[in-house]
Amino acid sequence: MEAIVDQTAKVDPMNKVNTELSKENPEAHDLSGLETVGIPFTDTAKMSMRDVNVFYADKQAIFDVSLDIGQNEVLAMIGPSGCGKSTFLRCLNRMNDTIDICSVQGSLKLEGQDIYDPKLDVVPLRARVGMVFQKPNPFPKSIYDNVAYGPRIHGLVNRRTDLDEIVETSLQKAGLWKEVRDRLHSPGTGLSGGQQQRLCIARTIAVSPEVILMDEPCSALDPIATAKIEELIAELSENFTIAIVTHSMQQAARVSHRTAYFHLGKLVEVNETEKVFTNPDHKLTEAYITGRFG
Amino acid sequence: MNTSTLLVTIIILIAVAYILGRGRSLVLADASKGGFRNLNSLPFYYGTLTALWCGIPSLILVGVWLIMDGSIIDQLLIKSFPAEVTTLPPSELGLILNTVKNIAAGNMVGSDTQPYMTQAAQSLKNINQTSQMAMTVLAISVGILLAAFSWWRIRPEQKARLQVEGAFKFFLLACSCLAILTTIGIVFSVIFESIKFFKTVPITDFLFGLQWSPQMAIRADQVGSSGAFGAIPLFVGTLLISFIALVLAVPVGLMSAIYLSEYASPRVRTYVKPLIEMLAGIPTVVYGFFAALTIAPLLRDGGAWTFEFLGLQMSISSESALAAGLVMGVMIIPFVSSLSDDVISAVPQSLRDGSLGLGATKSETIKQVVIPAALPGIVGGVLLAASRAIGETMIVVMAAGLAANLTANPLESVTTVTVQIVTLLVGDQEFDSPKTLSAFALGLMLFTVTLALNYFALHVVRKYREQYE
Repeated sequence: MEAIVDQTAKVDPMNKVNTELSKENPEAHDLSGLETVGIPFTDTAKMSMRDVNVFYADKQAIFDVSLDIGQNEVLAMIGPSGCGKSTFLRCLNRMNDTIDICSVQGSLKLEGQDIYDPKLDVVPLRARVGMVFQKPNPFPKSIYDNVAYGPRIHGLVNRRTDLDEIVETSLQKAGLWKEVRDRLHSPGTGLSGGQQQRLCIARTIAVSPEVILMDEPCSALDPIATAKIEELIAELSENFTIAIVTHSMQQAARVSHRTAYFHLGKLVEVNETEKVFTNPDHKLTEAYITGRFG
Repeated sequence: MNTSTLLVTIIILIAVAYILGRGRSLVLADASKGGFRNLNSLPFYYGTLTALWCGIPSLILVGVWLIMDGSIIDQLLIKSFPAEVTTLPPSELGLILNTVKNIAAGNMVGSDTQPYMTQAAQSLKNINQTSQMAMTVLAISVGILLAAFSWWRIRPEQKARLQVEGAFKFFLLACSCLAILTTIGIVFSVIFESIKFFKTVPITDFLFGLQWSPQMAIRADQVGSSGAFGAIPLFVGTLLISFIALVLAVPVGLMSAIYLSEYASPRVRTYVKPLIEMLAGIPTVVYGFFAALTIAPLLRDGGAWTFEFLGLQMSISSESALAAGLVMGVMIIPFVSSLSDDVISAVPQSLRDGSLGLGATKSETIKQVVIPAALPGIVGGVLLAASRAIGETMIVVMAAGLAANLTANPLESVTTVTVQIVTLLVGDQEFDSPKTLSAFALGLMLFTVTLALNYFALHVVRKYREQYE
C-alpha cells in the first residue's frame, strides 16, 4: 500500500501520458505491436510458457503470452476484469479443457514437459498443478473426507493412519487444524467462508502438488480471513510454486515476488513486485496501479 | 334478450364504465391542481375500479340466476300440476317434467300427452320468458347503478390502486382455493364411503387380513362366498409390481441422466432428452396393451423355453407381475431421468472444477462428488416415480391379472389396489354393498400412501434446493 501512495508523488514525468490515458478509453489504444517489458523469464523456471494464444471459439482471449514461473516463486497476475489473467491461469493445469469452445496454442511446459502434449494424461498433471478457486467450493462431505479426497483417488495411502496423518499435516499447513480438529467429521460446508477457503487449500496441499494456482482466492472473503490466507501463501511458498490471480493490488504487493500485468489479453509487463508498484516500466501498468482505469 | 346477448351487453357496459371512470379521474386531475400528481393512483386504476363495480356484481347475479332458476321453475311447475300428479314419486315426476319441457321446446313427444301437460308447457314458456326478462333488466340495472355509484365516488384522494389490487388478489386467492377445495371434496367423499364400509367390515380385518375375495352373498338364501376383505394381498401385489418397475427404472433412468448431463454433447442432448421425455407422453393404456400383447407372451414363451432347457418344473404365468412391472418401469424412466438430470445439472460447476483440479478423473468426479451432492434430489425423483407407479392403473389392469395371490414371486399373476378398485366399480353394482364400498376404503389407503410419498419426496427435493441457493 505504501508503495502505491509513494508512487503518486513520483509520477510527474509521466503526468502527460496519464492525463492522456484518463481522457480517452484505454481500450482504444493500439496494442498490436505490444512487446512484454520487464523480466518475464527466470533461470529457475518451474513452468515456462511461450507464445500462448487462447481462443474462445473465434474470439481470441490471450495474445502471444510468454512467461516463466520460477521454482518456489509467488507470481501475481493483475489486470482489469476481462484481461485474460484467469483464462491464462486455467491453461496452466488444463482446466480450460472442460470448456468445449476453448482452444489453446503455443508451448506450455512443466519442468520441460509439454502439458498440452496429446499423449499426456491430464489427471496426473492436475495432481502436480493444483488449483484453488475464487469461491470456496468444499465438497458436500465431512472436513476429513474433503481433505482425504485427493489422496484417496490417487491411491497415495494404503493405511488409515497414513491418511489421518496427511489430513492432519495438510490442515496444519493450511492453518486450519486448530479450528477443526474437534469436528473433522462434520460437513465442510458448515465452515465459515474463510475456513472453507483454507479447507480448499488444505485439500489441494493434500495431494502434494508442485505448483498451486490460485484464482482470486480472497475475493469472497472478509479482510481478516484474507489476511490469514495471505500469511498462508507466504508460508506455502517455501514448499510450493504459486501463481495467484488477484484484483487487489495491495494483495499482489504483499504476497508476491514477481507481478505480471495483463491488459486485454496481452502481457504488458512482468517485473519484481516492488518495481511494478514503485516504478513500472510501462505506461499502461502505471495507469492501472495508480487507478486511472481498471 | 337471451343470455349470450346479455353477456355481450355487460362486457360493453364494462368497457364504457372503464372509459368513463378513467375520464373522470383525468378531469379531476386538473392541471391547475398539479395534474397526475394530484391523483392518488394512475387513471388506469380509476377506470378499472369503475369497470369492476360495473361488471363483477352483475356477472355474479347472472351466474347465480342461471344456476338457481332451473329448480325454482321446476317447483313452480309442479305446484301447477293436478294434485294426483304432485304426489307421484320423484322419479315419475321427473319424467313428467321432462315431457313438459320437451313440449315447451317443440320437440317430439309420446302420444300420452295429458291436457295438463300442454297447459304446463305453455306456462313454462311464459315463466321462462319472464325469468329471462327479469334477469336481463336486473343485471343491466345493477351494472349501471353500481358503475354510476363508483363513478360518482371517484376522488383524487381515493386509493383506487389499492382497491383494484385487493380485488385481483381476492380473485387469485379464489383460483388457488378452487384446487384445494376440490381435493378436500374428494377426500371427504372417499372418507364418508369408507366409514360406511368399516361399519360392516372391521378396520383391522381390512388392514391386516390376508385374503381378498370381495364376492358377497347378495340375498340371504344365496350360496356363495361370504366375502373376505383383507387388503394385504393387494398391497403386496402393488408393492411387488412397483418394486420391479423401480428396479428397472432407477438404474436406467439414473444412468441415462448421468450420460445426458455429464457426457453427451449439446447436440445429442437436444435430440435424446425430448425423446426420453416422450415416453411420459404415451398414454398408459397403450403401455397396457403393449404389456399384455407383446411383453407378457414373450416372457411366457421365453420362460417356458428357458425352464425346459434348464429342466425346471416352472412356468411364467401369462399375466405375470414381471410383465406389468417391466412395462411400468419403462413408463417411469422419464420421471427418474428427467428429475435426476435436473438435479445433476444443478450441482454447481465449481464443485466439478474443484474435484477435477485435484486431479480426479471425470468418472471419479461424477461418482464421488456430483452424485453424492445430487443424491437428495435424485431420491426425491425416485420417490415421485414410486408414487406414480403405485397409483398406476391401466398397465396392471391389462397385464397383471385379477387373482389376489399373496406371493412375492414375480412370475405369478398378482393384482393391485388400483386394479381391484376398477373391477369393483365397473359394471352394474349396488352402491351400498360392502363389495362396492371396499373400493373407497382401498382408494383412501392408496391416497394416504401416495400422499405421504409425495410429501416426503417434495420435502427431500426442497431441502436439497436450499443447500445450493
